Amino acid sequence: MSNDVAIVGIGMHKFGRTEGVSGMEQGAVAVREACKDAGVDWSDIEFAFGGSAAAGAPDTMVSQLGLTGVQFINVANGCATGGSALFSAVNTIKAGVAELGIAIGFDKHERGAFRVNTKGAGLSDWYGASGMALTTQFFGMKINRYMEEYGISHESLARVSAKAFRNGAKNPMAWRRKELSEAQVLEAAMLSYPLTQYMFCSPGEGGVAMILAPADKAHKYTDKPVFLKSAVVRSRKFGSFEVMAPHIALEHNAGPTVDASKAAFEMAGMGPDDIDIAQLQDTESGAEIMHMAENGFCEHGEQERMLAMGETEIDGRLPINTDGGCLANGEPVGASGLRQVYENVLQLRGEAGARQVPNDPKTAYTHVYGAPGISGVTILSR
Amino acid sequence: MARVPVADGVFTSVDDPRLIGSKCDNCGNHMFPTQGSCPKCAGTSTSDVELETRGELWTWTVQGYPPKAPPYLGDADPKTFQPFGVGYVELPGQVKVEARLTEADPEKLKIGMPMELTLVPLYTNDDGDEVVTFAFAPISENGEQS
Ligand SMILES: [Zn+2]
Repeated sequence: MSNDVAIVGIGMHKFGRTEGVSGMEQGAVAVREACKDAGVDWSDIEFAFGGSAAAGAPDTMVSQLGLTGVQFINVANGCATGGSALFSAVNTIKAGVAELGIAIGFDKHERGAFRVNTKGAGLSDWYGASGMALTTQFFGMKINRYMEEYGISHESLARVSAKAFRNGAKNPMAWRRKELSEAQVLEAAMLSYPLTQYMFCSPGEGGVAMILAPADKAHKYTDKPVFLKSAVVRSRKFGSFEVMAPHIALEHNAGPTVDASKAAFEMAGMGPDDIDIAQLQDTESGAEIMHMAENGFCEHGEQERMLAMGETEIDGRLPINTDGGCLANGEPVGASGLRQVYENVLQLRGEAGARQVPNDPKTAYTHVYGAPGISGVTILSR
Repeated sequence: MARVPVADGVFTSVDDPRLIGSKCDNCGNHMFPTQGSCPKCAGTSTSDVELETRGELWTWTVQGYPPKAPPYLGDADPKTFQPFGVGYVELPGQVKVEARLTEADPEKLKIGMPMELTLVPLYTNDDGDEVVTFAFAPISENGEQS
């Protein structure tokens, strides 16, 4: 109990496209907002973990925030960067090294699909030269097989997208705030069968920061602390099917999301039925569907019925991606994981405005997944 | 004009192509392309093997928009780009290999269908040679590539 860690301040720079503002400046805006939220100054922060994939080395942002001598460590872990920053910050506090710390994520990507650094990913030039170094292909291939195995329909893919844009329309920080019908989603250009343009998120921009403190000190900073019951990151095991893989083993492993989820539930002493709201990696709409099961919230195939019944809507039994997820917010890689946590903190505080879930949530779950096969999960409670 | 491979060491030759993989000397795990250590048993000794040329389509998609070039060396001009299939082909007893597919029509691609290794042209290089990469083509019941 005394070893618990609380989130005592959150800040965000709007996601989407902000011309003329660098990714790092967006990160600095998020940091100042988080400090304001916790009622502290930047100079009070003892340590920082920061992540950005494409917008510069995070520790250089101290020249904008103030040169306080803060212990600032950069983390880079693909889509799990935010989760990794949080994991590191939580454990720094748990270890008793320091008391007031901040996890920061920001990014700013060029337009269009991610350009993959094949060398950096340990792949030879021929892989990209031949037209296979595209993360979108993996997502198309994974959901295509999943749909055949578990009877998921194209309509379900469209339902997930339509929900994301409906939720995004209620979120002033979201990038895409225009609702789209399921028909519009299905009729859009096919990017990577069975996924259309509006089933994919786009690389984008944004920044998020959150301030952490020991649970027993949390009330110094906020009336509404949110406690981190678990923060877990897992990489892939042999036999899992992951993005950017020239080969997959014949034998099957369920993948890092299943491992991270199980470990997070165990650490929190909870199970999927105890969770009131979830933010799940929705790089594309099929991913949200598969991740519902991989994170233990349903059996494989059950998603078809859950989506048709509206169970994952804001007013449903288990609201999922209430801020519009990656689909409506885009994916600034360094910031995306922390955006999910930010949303859960707002929901647990009851401050999510037009998209506040009505089930008086007490527990919340986040999950990110990314290359080269890594998952991060957090469980929060108030 | 000659046909030249996209890279050396990926497949045996342009005339009689076989994919070149690795087999772990310790546990027998197969890998593609070649690598010197094994992700299954952490062994550090592997041997090159020619992989099976036929297998079953395990999953697939269709690349519907031009990949960014570079790294892509094929036609990335939005005006002339032709969608192409990509899939994993399960080679019996060995490994699932990711490859381009010669078929790009979702109506004609089915998980579990038999496939066979072939080569497809990517682009013409400065020497006027046709650069080719490997792909899998559906085969009919009598074993012919369709
Ligand atoms: Zn081995």
